[in-house]
Amino acid sequence: MITRRLLEAPDARGWIFLATLAFAAVVVPALNLLVPPSSPFHVPTSMVALWGKYLCYALLALSLDLVWGYCGILSLGHGAFFALGGYAMGMYMMRQIGTRGVYAHPYLPDFMVFLNWKELPFYWYGFDWFPYAALMILLVPGALAFVFGWFAFRSRVTGVYLSIITQALTYALMLGFFRNNFGFGGNNGLTDFKDILGFNVQSAHTRASLFALSAIALALGYLVAQAVVRSKAGKVLIAVRDEESRTRFLGYRVENYKTCVFTLSACMAAVAGALYVPQVGIINPSEFAPANSIEYVIWVAVGGRGTLIGAAIGAVLVNYAKTTFTTGLLAPYWLFVLGALFVLVTIFLPKGIFGLLSNRLPRLRGNGAPAPRSAAQPAE
Amino acid sequence: MRDRFARFVALLLTLGLLLAGALAANAQGNTQAYESALAKFAGDSFNDTDEGIAGVAASGNPLAERVITALQDGRLLFNPDDKKIYIRLGEGALLEAAAGKPVAGAAPAGLKQVRINNRLRRSIEAALGGLTLLAPDPRKRLEAAQAVFKSRDANQLATLDTALAKESDPRVKRALAAARAAVILGIADAKEADKLEAVGILRDRADLDSRAVLSALPANQPASVQRAVADALTAIDDWLAVWNVAQNFWYGISLGSVLLLAAIGLAITFGVMGVINMAHGEMVMLGAYTTFVVQELIRAKAPWLFDYSLAIAIPLAFLVAALVGIAIERGVIQFLYGRPLETLLATWGISLILQQAVRTTFGPTNREVGAPHFMSGAFQLGGLTITWNRMWIIVFAGLILMALLAVLRFTTLGLQMRAVTQNRRMASSMAINTGKIDALTFALGSGIAGLAGVALSQIDNVSPNLGQGYIIDSFLVVVFGGVGNLWGTLVGALSLGVANKFLEPYAGAVLGKIALLVLVILFIQKRPRGLFALRGRAVDA
Repeated sequence: MITRRLLEAPDARGWIFLATLAFAAVVVPALNLLVPPSSPFHVPTSMVALWGKYLCYALLALSLDLVWGYCGILSLGHGAFFALGGYAMGMYMMRQIGTRGVYAHPYLPDFMVFLNWKELPFYWYGFDWFPYAALMILLVPGALAFVFGWFAFRSRVTGVYLSIITQALTYALMLGFFRNNFGFGGNNGLTDFKDILGFNVQSAHTRASLFALSAIALALGYLVAQAVVRSKAGKVLIAVRDEESRTRFLGYRVENYKTCVFTLSACMAAVAGALYVPQVGIINPSEFAPANSIEYVIWVAVGGRGTLIGAAIGAVLVNYAKTTFTTGLLAPYWLFVLGALFVLVTIFLPKGIFGLLSNRLPRLRGNGAPAPRSAAQPAE
Repeated sequence: MRDRFARFVALLLTLGLLLAGALAANAQGNTQAYESALAKFAGDSFNDTDEGIAGVAASGNPLAERVITALQDGRLLFNPDDKKIYIRLGEGALLEAAAGKPVAGAAPAGLKQVRINNRLRRSIEAALGGLTLLAPDPRKRLEAAQAVFKSRDANQLATLDTALAKESDPRVKRALAAARAAVILGIADAKEADKLEAVGILRDRADLDSRAVLSALPANQPASVQRAVADALTAIDDWLAVWNVAQNFWYGISLGSVLLLAAIGLAITFGVMGVINMAHGEMVMLGAYTTFVVQELIRAKAPWLFDYSLAIAIPLAFLVAALVGIAIERGVIQFLYGRPLETLLATWGISLILQQAVRTTFGPTNREVGAPHFMSGAFQLGGLTITWNRMWIIVFAGLILMALLAVLRFTTLGLQMRAVTQNRRMASSMAINTGKIDALTFALGSGIAGLAGVALSQIDNVSPNLGQGYIIDSFLVVVFGGVGNLWGTLVGALSLGVANKFLEPYAGAVLGKIALLVLVILFIQKRPRGLFALRGRAVDA
């Protein structure tokens, strides 16, 4: 039943997107592992890790698009959920280091030995065991989003007020995680990972598998998000986005819909974070920085708000541009480009690249979600 | 062992000094004490020299300081034959220490230097400290009294008594009395009545140093003294707690004024116009950099103007920030009215561009902005230490708030701004050019941010990231205070500042900040429109 729901959801464009992902998940690892490095078709391992990172960003953008594009909740704190998921995964991998740390302590991670701690803090218990860690990856950010959303939406904090307090949330978390006595490695965060599920994180095979997993996670995330926005509840979400008061007067419990979709989105962001950390090999408090969370929003805006696929494409495009810019002579100009993107996209491309393209292309099967209402009238 | 010995010597000396003090009644005795003390230097033994130092210092003879300074510099000589003491003045010239007359003719042969060791060097320093207790300059006397208070040197008691008897300046007199009290408490077998009096003096002084003296008192005191000390400690703690609250309050007001400066421009653009300007912090930064440029120009071209650099920077910072503000409003924001979330993103982009532009122009490192003369230093108000720069920033913030309120209330521009805020279409029908008013309002808000930058350049690092540090705080202030209400911004800034400073001692700076963020988040749940919310139809616009 659920499978049928999931598989009924995508339109033709969705299927193309899913097919691309499936193709990438199979072909890229194959080209990396099976083709010899001398061949022009060989994909270097660094490239696999880089694109794996992009796919995680794409899933993060997708989760943000679900709340912003379809429910009008502009979260400037999605980085918090992403980083929390990453930290949960990082904690699991820290425990896998075991005695191979610099200090070779029998059970404490390096940074705790360094800080002269004697005991493992209670919240680190259980992270040796992957299923528990996996549960925490979903549970902690999900619970935070639920509690936060429950309070915020019930008291009808909307619009920019909500944006500002989500920003304050991630800012507060950042300040907290920077502290050494919080027990998450302070400034340096968690790093020096060795194994994940018994496989060496550095090896090409693990990298390739993580890439494939990221692609699969993105595909699943897309299916779930698409199923949600296509469902009856999804129509209510769009109604909330376009006319919240009216939806409430029609008898819908707006806050419940918002809380649910916000929590779901936070869990998706957390999964993205959990897949991101083993591929980049570090998680530290700067992931909580409010500036990062705003940057995620621009990925969605560039790709196309309220299109899901567009958000994913936007994330990959912007990050690809970022990598290209920041590794060359043009590095000092990247912030100009990013800043200009923010300005130009919001003024000239309110529907993003994907929106622009879909206007040109004929609709394959005409049941796409309606684009956000653009109300370019002055405030009253 | 050495300690007990030292105390014994101290006791002897004290007794001797008391004797000397009694003798000092007439000038004859004074000279005698001086000469007999001076004679000790000829003994060529460290213990004799030590007694000599104390004796000379206590004699009150005008030559005493020269003798001891000479001893310190190794210029004090003695003749082993006739036991006379000389001070070497320079190229072979000698001064006979007892009479204070230069030696005529050739120097006596076989003069030896009075030797000193580390113990004596300490005695010398203490004695010199004691001598300045009698210095003609009251500021020097005050410093000396404070030094004695810290060293609690029993040798100084006689000098202290002399100084106290002569002192006329009430401040110096208080300091001397406190120093004397501290010294008496340090003497193991001082009289009980003296000790009780000393405890009383320290209790009235009631600062951290007095508390340290009292709590460091050895336990073997008479019962009455112990009781008095315990009482005094409680009294001092209560008093210090009161001042501590006052000091925290002051810090809170000071932080609040900084928040107010940063937020007040935002209160205009966000509160009055409903525009989320994420580049607001960068306007503050531009103001700070304008100050930097003005100061650099003054340093290079007209250094005598340096004390007026801030006065010159203020209008310029306003202009620069206001012009950039107009450019942003006309170039970007006017296309996005009614789409607050898009405005937020676009202005964030502008803030990135401005930051990077400043980073490319001025470099990524902190720039030094100097403080003019009147902004440096501090003064003491009761138990409060108040620095001048914080003081002026509070005044500046207050003035800006007043000026802004006046502009909104009494000028045509203010009237039109309020009209456009309340009902844009109606204002437009009344022949108000709403586009122009929007641009001017935005310029006003940005210009005020530039002014804030001038003030913040005095207390914060002037770097491209300056504005980033304030943007979240300023938004919280505006949201907390209530949108569209300048008084709300004032109350919001001050209460957040004070709350922050009161949370800090209990939770630490970072946890205090986190606690405050959480509190504000919870508060917004309770009152989503802030402390002073607009009522009526405007609410749901």
